[in-house]
Amino acid sequence: MTPKIVAEVGTELPALSVRLKRDDLVRYAGASLDFNPIHWNEKTAKDVGLPDVIAHGMLTMAVASRIVAEWIGDPGAIVEYGCRFGRPVVVPNDDEGALVEVSAKVTKDFEDGTVKVNINAAFAGKSVLTGAFARVRVL
Amino acid sequence: MPLDPAFTGRSYPPSTPYDVSREKIREFADAIGATSPAYRDAEAAKALGHRDVIAPPTFAIVVSMKTNETVMFDPELKLDYSRVVHGDQSFTHHRPITAGDQLVCVAHIDAITSRMGNDMVTVRTEISTVDGELVTTAKSMLVVRGEDA
Repeated sequence: MTPKIVAEVGTELPALSVRLKRDDLVRYAGASLDFNPIHWNEKTAKDVGLPDVIAHGMLTMAVASRIVAEWIGDPGAIVEYGCRFGRPVVVPNDDEGALVEVSAKVTKDFEDGTVKVNINAAFAGKSVLTGAFARVRVL
Repeated sequence: MPLDPAFTGRSYPPSTPYDVSREKIREFADAIGATSPAYRDAEAAKALGHRDVIAPPTFAIVVSMKTNETVMFDPELKLDYSRVVHGDQSFTHHRPITAGDQLVCVAHIDAITSRMGNDMVTVRTEISTVDGELVTTAKSMLVVRGEDA
C-alpha cells in the first residue's frame, strides 16, 4: 500500500535538482534509442544553429516526472503526463553540465480520486518545459 | 512546401509487437536517474498492486519510436525530417506499461495545421496489448520549421 500523502490544492512537492552531463545524454540516447546527434555531437548541434549540444526534450520530461513519482511512491499512479518543449537545456562538455531544477504543486482536485500537479523545470533561471502537468491518482 | 492538411485522419498499420522487458525498463530508469523500486523490483511492484515491474511514465516513447518514424518517413506525407522539432508530448496511461507486456502501436495523424510558416503535425499513437487491451495513448506534436522560420 502507498502511504497516505497530503495532496490538497496548494500542496508543494519536495523540490528536485538534477545535473545533466554529456554522459547522461549518451546514456539516455542508448536507453531511449534516440540517437539524434544534436544530443551528443557539438559540431552537428552548432551546424543547426544551437549554442552547443542540448539534452533530449524527452530526457528533461522524464527527469521532471521523477518529482511526482518520488512524491507519490507508486509511479503507476501517474495516469497522465504532458508538456510542451519551450527551451533547450544546453549541456556543455565539462564536469558541471546543466542543472535542471524541478518544482511542482497540486493545482486542482478533479474529485474523482485524481489531482492535477503543475510542474516547473528550470535551467539557468528559465522554464524549459511549458505547461507541464501530471494527473495523479491519490486514492 | 507546406504539408497537405488532407493527411489529417490518416492511420497507419499496427506495428510488430514490442516485448517489454524488466531489463529495458531498468536501463531506462537508470538513464533518467529514477529511483523507484517499482521500476526494478518485481516484489516491490507487486506490493503496489502491479503484475510485475512497471515502466516510468515516459517509457512509452521507446515503445512508439518505430511507429512514429513510420509517420515521419511516410513518403507521401513528404515531411522534412531535418526540420522537425518536438513541440509537445503527452501520455495517458490507462494502466502502467508492465514488464511482460507485448505492445502494438497504431499511429493516427490527428491534425495538420500551419502557423507563421511552420507546419504542426499531431500524431496520436494508441498502444495496446496483442490481446487488444488499451494501455497508453501517446500524443506528439511535431513542428516542421518553415524554410524562412
